[in-house]
Amino acid sequence: MDYILSIVILACINMIAVLGLSIFTGFTGLFSLGHAAFVAVGAYTSAILTYYYYVPFYLALAAGAAAAGLVSLVIGVPTLRAKLRSDYFAIAILGFGEALRVILENLEITNGARGLPGIDGFTTLPVVLVCLAGGVLVARNFLRSRWGAACIAIREDPVAAEMAGVRLFRTRLLSLVVSAVYCGLSGGLLAHFLSFIQPVMFTLVQSTQLLAAVIAGGMGSISGPLIASFVFIGLPEALRVAQMWRLVAYGLLLVLIMVYRPQGLMGYSELSRFFRKNGNPEGRSRS
Amino acid sequence: MTAAGRPLLEVAGLTKTFGGIRAVDGFSFGVTEGSITGIIGPNGAGKTTVFNLVTGIYRPTEGTILFEEEEMGGLRPDAIVRKGIARTFQNIRLFNRRTCLENVLTPLLQREPCSFLGALLGTPGTRRMERELHDRAMDLLASLGLERYADWQANTLPYGLQRKLEIARALATEPKLLLLDEPAAGMNPEETRSLAALVSEVREKFSVTILLIEHHMDLVMNICSPIVVMNFGALLAAGTPDEVRANPGVVAAYLGKGKKSHDRTAG
Repeated sequence: MDYILSIVILACINMIAVLGLSIFTGFTGLFSLGHAAFVAVGAYTSAILTYYYYVPFYLALAAGAAAAGLVSLVIGVPTLRAKLRSDYFAIAILGFGEALRVILENLEITNGARGLPGIDGFTTLPVVLVCLAGGVLVARNFLRSRWGAACIAIREDPVAAEMAGVRLFRTRLLSLVVSAVYCGLSGGLLAHFLSFIQPVMFTLVQSTQLLAAVIAGGMGSISGPLIASFVFIGLPEALRVAQMWRLVAYGLLLVLIMVYRPQGLMGYSELSRFFRKNGNPEGRSRS
Repeated sequence: MTAAGRPLLEVAGLTKTFGGIRAVDGFSFGVTEGSITGIIGPNGAGKTTVFNLVTGIYRPTEGTILFEEEEMGGLRPDAIVRKGIARTFQNIRLFNRRTCLENVLTPLLQREPCSFLGALLGTPGTRRMERELHDRAMDLLASLGLERYADWQANTLPYGLQRKLEIARALATEPKLLLLDEPAAGMNPEETRSLAALVSEVREKFSVTILLIEHHMDLVMNICSPIVVMNFGALLAAGTPDEVRANPGVVAAYLGKGKKSHDRTAG
């Protein structure tokens, strides 16, 4: 039971980070291969605060999320101002993520590559569920707001978005900061769940997994990436009996989704759409 | 027909070079408030480049663009939109995977000051504002006859309606000057006629000045006055439809009776 519980908690923590990346990649249309860096910033900031300074857990979580948001400005301002195209941005942030990991490996306060052991285990299932639910709600509200509408407009057509009065740089930067805050929160929860963090936990592999969940789940959907993320965490665990084949199955699943549903599990729509009266997933109604 | 209004847009000596090519070359013209001004010219004359310069998509190499006596050259497109210039595109650029309603709602939302935190938390004030804007967006769609299609995804609309939706989206920015880049492109004669009526109606209803590029001569001659003729990036002629039609330079540019053909017959 404990084992299943811990998988569920891990999946939920991962879902929060995926939610953030979904806003940036799925709704704003910019790819990132470095969002694990923001998870790391959140994890280390909050862990250091509770570990060395005995800061209350919730405050530390908030500080971790905020720190991730601030750090995202460091990479966001120069690259997004230069209007780097999506794929170039992905590479720039990839370099940023790796650089950050090397910094973490060489700092005194992070205990270098050996990692921080013995962080208090404050993260419980209720905490994670509340964070996830709050995160989904805020994300939904964000996407309905003028900023969310601006993000989606940029994904659809940056030139037309500007002619609709959207501030390109500011909106993209805001989207990055919001997504980084989500990742930072996820990192804080992760650190206080595992009780141990080290820099190698936040590499390109993690960034890629986040991105894979967003793309497989459906760009421009909140529920799709959440489902995908849950499956991607759960499946390797469920297949643990199959030993080495489980990672093959994971890869195969990803390939199959991309071949048969290139728009992702949910495409551009939400799960809730199927339950609505007149629910028509293509978005065109009667008449 | 032409109101003797004040000049809304004044372009002087406008030049844009791409490498060695002078796409727009010392072009000057003006748009009077309340008019429907047409820009015509052969393909490659630089008409769309002028639109891109006026809306800030390109920076002018030289020259001035005064809108309400304020320099627009060098401003970002979104800043120019806020000053009151909106446009449509030659190759339709809608927010394809959003509904018609959301297409119109997006620019409306951008004009509305609101608190970030309030929006994230979904406060009652935010919801009220959303409902108001929703109604305004529906009104806009209705005024272009699109209310039936409000929840259709934009790229599932028939072509002619997509053009109308683009006009609706441009109007949602509440412009003083509306630039239409070949609004009748790809339309049959009947659709073109109804578009002409629509453009005049939009001008009255939204009290907006219109500047349009078009290749359908009947449309231009019917509703535009004055007409500005461009050739090789520069001004060829300007005036009422009759003046333009009678201008020998315009006839030459369109029918190819230029100096070159003389040379060819001579040689």
